[in-house]
Formats: sequence, structure tokens, C-alpha cells
Amino acid sequence: MAHDHPHEPIGQDGMPGYYDLMQQAVTELLVERGLFGADEIRRQIEVLDSRNPALGAKVVAKAWIDQAFKQRLLADGRKACEELGISFYDDTQLIVLENTETVHNLIVCTLCSCYPRPVLGLPPDWYKLKPYRARAVAEPRAVLAEFGTVIADDVEIRVSDSTAIVRYLVLPRKPDGAEHLSEDELAALVTRDTMIGVALIDPPGDLRS
Amino acid sequence: MSAPSFKARELSPIVVLADGETPAFKEGDAVKVMTREPIGHYRVPLYLRGKSGVVAGVIHPMAVDNEEEAYGRNAGSKGYYYRVAFPLGQVWPGYVGGPTDTLLIEVFQTWLERA
Repeated sequence: MAHDHPHEPIGQDGMPGYYDLMQQAVTELLVERGLFGADEIRRQIEVLDSRNPALGAKVVAKAWIDQAFKQRLLADGRKACEELGISFYDDTQLIVLENTETVHNLIVCTLCSCYPRPVLGLPPDWYKLKPYRARAVAEPRAVLAEFGTVIADDVEIRVSDSTAIVRYLVLPRKPDGAEHLSEDELAALVTRDTMIGVALIDPPGDLRS
Repeated sequence: MSAPSFKARELSPIVVLADGETPAFKEGDAVKVMTREPIGHYRVPLYLRGKSGVVAGVIHPMAVDNEEEAYGRNAGSKGYYYRVAFPLGQVWPGYVGGPTDTLLIEVFQTWLERA
């Protein structure tokens, strides 16, 4: 396809900012003193970038079809994810929060951007911005409604504010009409936002998109 | 108020805890977040200082206090984080939602006292 849309040239022409210089200086000092190598930094960035919501979707689909796995996942989220080959490079614990008929879970980090990165990758921008962080803990139902998710009044909302060593992953409810689907087909129904708790799973065969 | 049940990484029943490793609080205990205004790095959001809640679970294993870790002071600062539940209706006057809506957060032991 022809490149016909206008934009500024992609490049880094301006002077680096204060924190860019600080980060560069600290990196160079750490490498120079042999605390770790440039290749290790590169590799770690590669690991961070390799994670995405498809991993979380795989975990959810497996929990939907395998009761024993689901119990292990709820008992120790990290260990169960490691069973599926998902490593935890950041020394965090994982608590998996199960949505039920009577409970809907939502995750947020009011202090910064704590997020289950090993299983979902990097958080979306809105997750890191102050409107979501401030409002998710104060008026979760209004926030959910803005995402198009209306939760009945008799369903308990549980907001988990993630600020220290634990990360959270929402285990969404399996939609009706999904009984005949394979594990891979189930995983395809699971989106990032359903594992943050701002959305519900669309039933299979929903052609709205 | 009853804490919502949740599953956390549980300690194996064969583990015998050393002195000083027994958690001060257990599931169901009423606790209060202290009101402190530390300068520097902290992990307890302002909106929960001074609020009362119920321990929903003890987080195992013991871990370094993130607030000390931020300054490289890790030695000897391992302790327990507790998952604490607060009714949203008590956290926010005028909260709009269901009466059982809950806020849950993990709080390091240095911030909690018995309510």
C-alpha cells in the first residue's frame, strides 16, 4: 500500500530530556562496573516485549476446560501459569480473581501502573493515566459503564488496587453457548480488557465486530 | 462485615514457621490502616489512610517491604503483606453502587494496627 498519509518524520531529532540522560548515564555506569551487560538489558527488553494478552487468554481457556487446573490457578496463580511455560521475570505473585454470577472483579493500580505483565504484556495507556486510576476505586460502576459494561446492582463489584508485590488477573466468566468450543477457540474469545475486568466476554458467534 | 473469600498462595501445612515469622493477623481480623505522612516512597495510597477493613488473606511468602526496597534497604525488612478488604461505601461517603461493593489491596504489616 502506498505511503500516502501525512505525518512528521519519524526520528529522534530533539535533545534528550533530563530523564533520558539520567537513564542513559545510569545504564552506562552499571554496565561499566560490570553489574550486568548490555546484552542482558537488551534481552530483558526483548522478554518484556514478548508478552501479550494471548498468554493470559491461554490461561483463562485452560481454566475453563480443566477444573483441576482452575483450582491450582486460584490457589497459586504464578505456579499455575508457570505450568503453562509462562515465566515470572519480575518477582511478583499473581492472584487470579474469579468472576462469578455474584461477583465482578476489576483491577487498577492507583499509585502507578502495576499490571500482570508476565501474562498480559504492557498495560494499555488508559490503565496508566490518572482518570482511570482515580475513578476505578471511587466509582467503578460508572467507569465500567463507560467501557460499555453494565453490572447489575445485586452483583458485588470487587476492585483490587495493586500497589506492592501482588499482581492480579481477572478470570472472566465463560459465556453461554461455548460448550462445544475447543481450548483454542475459547482462548480466541478472551480479550485483554476482560482480564482487567472492564469488559465481559462476548458470546461466541457474536458478529457485532 | 465479612471479608470476601479469596484464594491466595497458601502455605504448605508441613511448613513450621521460625520465631518472628508468624503473621500478626489472620483472615477475618479487623484492622486499621495507620495515618502517616511519610516523605519519599510509599505504597499505601492516601485514600485508605485511617480506614478500617478486614483481613481477607495473608500473602505468603514473606516479602521485602517495598518502601524500604526503594532505597536499597532490603536486609531484615521481610514481613507480611495482607490482603485487606474495605467496603467501598465506607471508603467513600456518598458511594454509588451496591452495598457489598468492596475495595481490596495488599498492605505491608508496618501500616496495619488492630481495629
